Amino acid sequence: MFIGAIGCEPLQLRRVHLENSRWLDVYRRNGGYEAIKKVLDTMSPDDVINEMKKSALRGRGGAGFPTGMKWSFVPKDSPKAKYVVCNADESEPGTFKDRYLMERDPHMLIEGILIAAYALGAKTNYIYTRGEYKYLIDIMDVALDEARAAGLLGNKILGSDFSCEIYTHTGAGAYICGEETALLSSLEGMRGHPRMKPPFPAISGLYASPTVVNNVETLTAVPDIIKMGGEAYQKLGTEKSGGTKLWAVSGHVNQPGVYELPMGYDDMEKFIMEDCGGIANGKQLKAVIPGGSSVYIMRADQIIGKDVRMDYEGLVAGGSMVGSGGFIVMDETVDIFESTKNLTEFYKHESCGWCTPCREGTDWLVKIFKRIENGGGRPEDAQLLLDICDNIEGKSFCPLGDAAAWPIQSAVKRFPEDFEKHLVNNSRGESKHKGELL
Amino acid sequence: MSQQPINIQRLSQPVQMPDEIATFSPKVEAEIDRHLAKYPVMRSAILPLMFIVQRERGYLDPPGVSYLAKRLNLRITDIWEVATFYSMLHLKPIGKYHIQVCKTLSCKLLGSDKITQLCVKKLGIKVGEMTADGRFSLSEVECLGSCGTAPMFQINFDYHENLTAEKVDQILESLA
Repeated sequence: MFIGAIGCEPLQLRRVHLENSRWLDVYRRNGGYEAIKKVLDTMSPDDVINEMKKSALRGRGGAGFPTGMKWSFVPKDSPKAKYVVCNADESEPGTFKDRYLMERDPHMLIEGILIAAYALGAKTNYIYTRGEYKYLIDIMDVALDEARAAGLLGNKILGSDFSCEIYTHTGAGAYICGEETALLSSLEGMRGHPRMKPPFPAISGLYASPTVVNNVETLTAVPDIIKMGGEAYQKLGTEKSGGTKLWAVSGHVNQPGVYELPMGYDDMEKFIMEDCGGIANGKQLKAVIPGGSSVYIMRADQIIGKDVRMDYEGLVAGGSMVGSGGFIVMDETVDIFESTKNLTEFYKHESCGWCTPCREGTDWLVKIFKRIENGGGRPEDAQLLLDICDNIEGKSFCPLGDAAAWPIQSAVKRFPEDFEKHLVNNSRGESKHKGELL
Repeated sequence: MSQQPINIQRLSQPVQMPDEIATFSPKVEAEIDRHLAKYPVMRSAILPLMFIVQRERGYLDPPGVSYLAKRLNLRITDIWEVATFYSMLHLKPIGKYHIQVCKTLSCKLLGSDKITQLCVKKLGIKVGEMTADGRFSLSEVECLGSCGTAPMFQINFDYHENLTAEKVDQILESLA
């Protein structure tokens, strides 16, 4: 599997190939913990937040919210404890970038959390890692112990007046806990149900205290932003999408992997056909899900010859979203009906059950997909799927409902032929399940 | 950090605890104390503690659940409430080697079905079952974040990636 940068100097990935890259001395020898020193010696919390705003860094977990702005929402005068929580619950299908950042450069994450904690006045911070990534929790614990022993964590960090602690925390297998308020519920020892927003976590998050939840990739970008300055970081990308972005490429390409690209990398076609080595086994490209399973699926003809720019605005213009950067490539042999059914089963399994549209809707969707697959497809089913999606989208408590609806809506509209085939081409030319409710 | 148990006022009758409550070695108790010390609210430690109980006792059995309730100053139902939400927490025994084949899209595209079928054939059990000797159990799970190295399965906490038929054979043989 490839790990590296294309079209720019590696920034977040520049240490991943070093020998023993996860150890403190290697990190320090390669520029590590210089940013926190700079912050503690020369910058006020407001200075840090200003640099973050200038960097145009947008949250890398999927929503793409400007990080500097998120940090600025935390009230400075609140007497309550404040928390920084790192979201390492990476479980969006197709996404596997945070894993390699934590595995190979854990101190970069620790330094990023330290800087965020300084900017926000947080004394206690947590890294919420999905339970399946237990080996990463072990790696992070070792790195945290190393940092503690070196005076980089705990009381009076690097001899300054700033003290803070970072702890690891484990999830236990629930996609919904990647949603920030569900993550906080889970961290409080509850079922991972999302909470009503507002109040946003910046006002009332963990233990009803001001909290910032940021993705691993977001926090690991922080040390470099401080070191090079927000403006220089922004210039690596575009005006509204600063810096570089990791893309986790999987599926039918010759060279899957984690690719660091500058924001605004032009031409998705070139990325697939050249940088990722083209489609495997000499097949043709059929479809791409560019930002994790929740975003709109793209047809090959929306990519080939279309110069789709790879940043937040470029992908919206191209008909999809950056999302988490989980880039799934599918060749001509894939039946989009089947791939969409697979993802729908995922959302049904992961719906937390809290709100009716998502709990019942995803269940109905899967039942209909299964009926169609078993030969009971009817011509009106495509519209039925869209109707159910319409009853979920925007009507569920948290974005999981939207995430379940979007892949189906885009697949039905952009690959009607793959659906029609199943709806009319069943063994008797009509439904075997006539009269049944579904 | 102060350890303030959450004060939960309940209207219902207190739940009768079963007589048997799990006990653990001083080493494990110390590990549990380390987790509790991370949080200002004890209940936050529920997931890490559940994994410890599960590791020590094979699954979240009733004495283990009673232990958690007592240790965290919660009701038994509070423990069940959380345990039933998360797919990695087991309420009945699982095999010594728990094989979890990823079935989500990226793995599916590269043949996760075949990997599952190989395991089914080799172990003589269906998905969701355990071998009679309790050595293996098999399940299909959702995305494990190993899409670039698909297909894959996780056995207990170990990732096995870029699987082929030969590799699956080899791994299962080595554990048999």
